[in-house]
Amino acid sequence: MHIIESGNVAAAHGVRLSRAQVIAAYPITPQTPLTEKLSEFVEGNELQAEYIPVESEHSALSVCIAASSAGARAFTATSANGLLYMNEQLHWAAGARLPIVMCVVNRGVGAPWTIWNDHQDSISQRDTGWIQLYACDHQQIIDTVIKAFYLAEAVKIPVMVCYDGYILSHTYMPFQVPDSDAVEEFLPAFSREYCLDPENPANLNTVTLPDSRDNIRGEKAPGYMEIRHGLHTDMRKSMDVLSDIDHAFESKFQRGGFSYLENYRCEDADYAVVCMGSLSYQFHDAVDILREQGYSVGVSGLRLYRPFPEQIVRDAFSARKGLIVFEKALSYGNQGALFADIKSALYSCNQRPFVQNCILGLGGREIKTQDLVETLKSACEQEGATQDAPQWMGLQLENSE
Amino acid sequence: MSENKFCEFKSYSEPGPGDGGRTGAWRVVRPVIDKEKCIPCKKNKQACFTCWLLCPDGVVSKDIPPAIDYEYCKGCGICAEECPVGAIVMVEETSIDKEEC
Repeated sequence: MHIIESGNVAAAHGVRLSRAQVIAAYPITPQTPLTEKLSEFVEGNELQAEYIPVESEHSALSVCIAASSAGARAFTATSANGLLYMNEQLHWAAGARLPIVMCVVNRGVGAPWTIWNDHQDSISQRDTGWIQLYACDHQQIIDTVIKAFYLAEAVKIPVMVCYDGYILSHTYMPFQVPDSDAVEEFLPAFSREYCLDPENPANLNTVTLPDSRDNIRGEKAPGYMEIRHGLHTDMRKSMDVLSDIDHAFESKFQRGGFSYLENYRCEDADYAVVCMGSLSYQFHDAVDILREQGYSVGVSGLRLYRPFPEQIVRDAFSARKGLIVFEKALSYGNQGALFADIKSALYSCNQRPFVQNCILGLGGREIKTQDLVETLKSACEQEGATQDAPQWMGLQLENSE
Repeated sequence: MSENKFCEFKSYSEPGPGDGGRTGAWRVVRPVIDKEKCIPCKKNKQACFTCWLLCPDGVVSKDIPPAIDYEYCKGCGICAEECPVGAIVMVEETSIDKEEC
């Protein structure tokens, strides 16, 4: 069934179809309509879940951690400062290996206060041990939420589904809502091997000393470092699982299938743009305009940010002449985080392109397609070298070049 | 779907002696029960057992006389503080002849 609705409602339908059992969330712009829709679903018996209103985002994720530890499929959603308020619990959820799914409706971070879109919120949480997926349109939002539950439960790592505030969350687009029976066949009911069980009392994630030692049965129990090493290696292995899930989804629902990168006119492109979220779709127009003018350009939208698909990046970009990374986030005092990751991935290649960084759209600053065209064109014409310092697009400073 | 095994290592500890290691070595002062004053000892009845109830590490037994497992007792002194008849005193570990115990 096709419907025309907002990105937030698309996400809510994804959660409904995934049969989440516990939902705890605190409203924050631009995430609010998502949780309102979910509470409607619960109230109207369209979703058999416990909806737990909480007094903060820290509590929202704490409730999800408890629910997931007790063996329930848990969901939450937030934005910006709300996500940052969860920070401690984000690390906890990942370290405890709880398959929670969370939508992050991307918004800039205060101060100064902003409610508009950029990626600083989720990018700043990249090292919490959560898998991060970025959606580019409404169809990807609903599909990615369903896949995210599958992925989280398969690899026992929590997953963030990130999508752009307002640009996607509040705009209306047609998208397909999959049949609930088909989703039920695709996504099995929640099952968890290790959860709290009153019949077999146990302490989960208690204080763990630096050295590993024997448990009460005399077996060697893993120490902190072994458990954290396991999180890392499982993150790496989860990339193959994501690809399998995408293929399974594609064969069942006949769409999707871009696990890591979604390329547009990249096959023969000398210069490629890399970016995340809805910006990559906006770039399709810029690429079309430049192709008409004879420029050999393409755009690649990164769907999976953590774990970082280095080998995919190498295969896709090492033979290009140039790569321009457009980012709505910044590691202050250094450069864009994605830019640094991409350079790092390409370092081991014998042949590699020049790589440049462009920061744009912070705090909802409008991104004009014509500006994308001009910025990309000048990068192509300069036949540039790798520049560590990012350039800024759309900055309104007097006397600026 | 790939056959990888996930979450091989997790923090999962069952209740039982020694899950936190042999914590008796942490002790600086040890509780010693005076059987002349201890209520269950004096009355030879299942009575009181405040020490058993309040020990945070569960190392006091509900026997007559109550036995303290020094392998795991950390010497916190709650039992001595709470004993209604003052039958438990905390004794410096250094003053105890190791061969005696």
